[in-house]
Amino acid sequence: MPAHPKLAAAFIKDKDRAHWHDQSLWFVRSKRDKAVNQLPEWELLREQASKIKSYVVSHLPDLLEEFEKNAKAKGVHVHWARNATEHNEIVHGILKQHEVTRVVKSKSMLTEECHLNPYLERHGIEIVDTDLGEWIVQLQDKPPSHIVMPAIHIKKEEIGELFHEKLGTEKGATDPQYLTEAARQHLRQKFVGAEAGITGVNFAIAETGGFVVCTNEGNADLGTSLNKLHIACMGIEKLIPRANDLSVFLRLLARSATGQPITTYSSHFHGPAPGAELHIVLLDNGRSEISGSDEFRRSLNCIRCAACMNTCPVYRRSGGYSYNNTVPGPIGSILGPAKDAKEHASLPFACSLCGSCTDVCPVKIDLHHQLLTWRKEIRVRGLLPYSKRLSMKLMSWMMQAPSLYRFAGKCARSIVPHLPRFLLYNRFNAWGKQRELPDFPKQSFREWMKKNHDDK
Amino acid sequence: MAPKVGLFIPCYIDQLYPQVGIATLKILEHFGCDVEYPETQTCCGQPMANTGCTNEVGPLAKRFLEIFKSYDAVVCPSGSCVSMVKHHYAEYFTDNPEYEALKGKTFEFCEYLTNVLGVKKLAGRFPHKVGLHQSCHGLRELRLASDSEIVGPPFGTAQALLESIDGVEVTTLQRPDECCGFGGTFAVAEEAVSCMMGEDRVHDHEQAGTEVLTALDMSCLMHLSGIIRRQKKPIRVMHISEIFAECL
Amino acid sequence: MTTSRDEILNQLRSQSVPKTELPDLSAPELTQQWISYEDPTEQFANMLTSVGGVCARIKNVEEVNQKLAEIPAYQASKKICSQITNCGQSNVEISNITDPHDFEDIDFAILPGEFAVAENGAVWITNDGGPARTLYFLSQHVALLVPAAEVVNNMHAAYERLSFETPRFGTFMSGPSKTADIEQSLVIGAHGARSLTVFLVEEPF
Repeated sequence: MPAHPKLAAAFIKDKDRAHWHDQSLWFVRSKRDKAVNQLPEWELLREQASKIKSYVVSHLPDLLEEFEKNAKAKGVHVHWARNATEHNEIVHGILKQHEVTRVVKSKSMLTEECHLNPYLERHGIEIVDTDLGEWIVQLQDKPPSHIVMPAIHIKKEEIGELFHEKLGTEKGATDPQYLTEAARQHLRQKFVGAEAGITGVNFAIAETGGFVVCTNEGNADLGTSLNKLHIACMGIEKLIPRANDLSVFLRLLARSATGQPITTYSSHFHGPAPGAELHIVLLDNGRSEISGSDEFRRSLNCIRCAACMNTCPVYRRSGGYSYNNTVPGPIGSILGPAKDAKEHASLPFACSLCGSCTDVCPVKIDLHHQLLTWRKEIRVRGLLPYSKRLSMKLMSWMMQAPSLYRFAGKCARSIVPHLPRFLLYNRFNAWGKQRELPDFPKQSFREWMKKNHDDK
Repeated sequence: MAPKVGLFIPCYIDQLYPQVGIATLKILEHFGCDVEYPETQTCCGQPMANTGCTNEVGPLAKRFLEIFKSYDAVVCPSGSCVSMVKHHYAEYFTDNPEYEALKGKTFEFCEYLTNVLGVKKLAGRFPHKVGLHQSCHGLRELRLASDSEIVGPPFGTAQALLESIDGVEVTTLQRPDECCGFGGTFAVAEEAVSCMMGEDRVHDHEQAGTEVLTALDMSCLMHLSGIIRRQKKPIRVMHISEIFAECL
Repeated sequence: MTTSRDEILNQLRSQSVPKTELPDLSAPELTQQWISYEDPTEQFANMLTSVGGVCARIKNVEEVNQKLAEIPAYQASKKICSQITNCGQSNVEISNITDPHDFEDIDFAILPGEFAVAENGAVWITNDGGPARTLYFLSQHVALLVPAAEVVNNMHAAYERLSFETPRFGTFMSGPSKTADIEQSLVIGAHGARSLTVFLVEEPF
């Protein structure tokens, strides 16, 4: 896959679309601002959330065991998966045992991370994503471009066309109300016909062995209340110690994500319903490795609200696919390289270091500093392009020798202004493609000082 | 006794925007500082640090400390370079009291005027609609102003100083503190995104009626001015120190 | 052979992660900061309206019946299901149903809610796991009856009331089902209830 700058440039080529994408997400960021400003204690809440999550990461093995014990006591089957393959095998094993062939799934980035859908489909199981956005991208056979709004990059005309082709809706229909109604009718049949429901997990509570799933559409609840088998898939970092901690996180999550005061449904599952089975799959898949890193451990605080994406000036303009990672945006640019530094080496550089992500993050992850640390890590692992390494070496060398620096500056200032435009503005000058270079002055500041100040 | 100020002029200001250095010097002297420009200074190392080449930063950080450690205060007309010195040098100095002292006495220009010299009002007249670009590092690293992300009372040294000048009207932006897209090597490595971000900022200032675009950082302005001049927009670009100096 | 479980736990245990403290959420310096409202009921009503729901403060079940009769969706409903005694013209007997699929064509459900939360317009509902759980989500329209005195200020107060010692299901429901997945246009009635009416009822029911 090409690196981020190339994919970003391709997205921006359609300027109107890039603007539209930027504005859609800025709208969400503005809603977030409005919501959080209604709570004078917002910053205090962020602090508590950050402390709770840091505690979780520093006590993870104990909390996992506590969770397992309490969940089992409530009749839940608990499974452990080291990686995506194991995760998918476990899920498939449970479905096979129950002879299930039709499954509905509510939004879960974790199952996207594991590529569960194609795995189950290969084994003859129909799996339908029921979150409207995720279903739209599933119909397109594409991954989500955003973790909360999976189809944020698709225009209603395109969705209308897609629905016309796949569901037989009216040609040319683009009204979101009409299209959503069509999806509702179609997916109702899937909910009613499903033999099992798969959900993600927003928070799992160690002290109770329960977990919480948040949706706006009600799809997780429909998917799990109509049949007798519920499989919940979660990353091991999703734990919180106490049920009471939810008071902090449920206040933060939806406000940060979409500017809602809380998601429409925040469902607490403690044990299976009578006569039903409840399974939880705990997935590691590189998380324990991140937990061992002093630099990047804090990225495990993430509650996947996507506020960092909505505020990121780069993400808004380059689109989720330009990151080529299950989780895009600032947090994805930390998690991506942690999984495969070579494949995702360009992501920590897809950032102007503006720091907006760090300030919106409800669990106070120092995202932009971690991205800066990743850049260093990329350099240490020898993954930085030679040209970049060399130019930085030369620059440093010059800056350590003031006379050389003065000389180079003088040369540039006396030569550049006399160069013809085509020598300055060409394909080798990325700066000058859409921008003028500064006017080179005759005198540097230090030269002026010598003449006008120091002799006084 | 007048404070002995070491003037820290970022390399690109020295070479490309001498008038910004001159304006900063004039203002500091106007308010009674004994300003010295240590001639051996070059670059703080931010471009290398932001590229991940921290090995190349170490020697520059050590030079910087040697050059500036003896002053009462180190003042710089750039939030970004100040943030580099204060927030990103730690790994090169373990338990070094001289560096700890330097951190405490290095200031961005407006911050120094307001918080150390106690300047509340600037003289003169500047009858223009001024657009203040909030440079990110001054905003979210140095916390020189409140940002739109954090919940709390609004504040800002640069805006207060600008508004104290007779005739200045600070324009209201749709996105008060979005990044301009300069980002150092990002400006070139991610040229497409960088330029679109810059264009959007310029457009926001246009709709707000900005006549003079200013900022704490000349680097953001170099990028924005590059776009303004290429697109021949009628916006004048000045570093904040230049506005202050023009009012003297 | 070590299991995946042991391998994950061993890997985590092999790391020296600096231990940090868990904040005490009941500490007064925190609890004093949590938002409270002069009139929590009004705040709840406003929040519920803002998330697409309808709130009515009602004296008793009789009045609820009158109000229900004024709701067009209720008037148009063919199949109505109520879990509240003497409330609504229920024509489906819940206790006769063992398979939740039999609720598929319920147009209007009248169900109990335990308490309401002022800060976000949410109502806490619980269910013992019987087939009626699906009514909250599968019915085309939902009305909840909540005792009027049971409105708490915020989520901290809400969790003080909750305990999860025994297996059961519970959810905070804030407004009708909704989505904005198509171009950020808000559409009410995604998969769950198309409308949500919350009756805050003064007299016991």
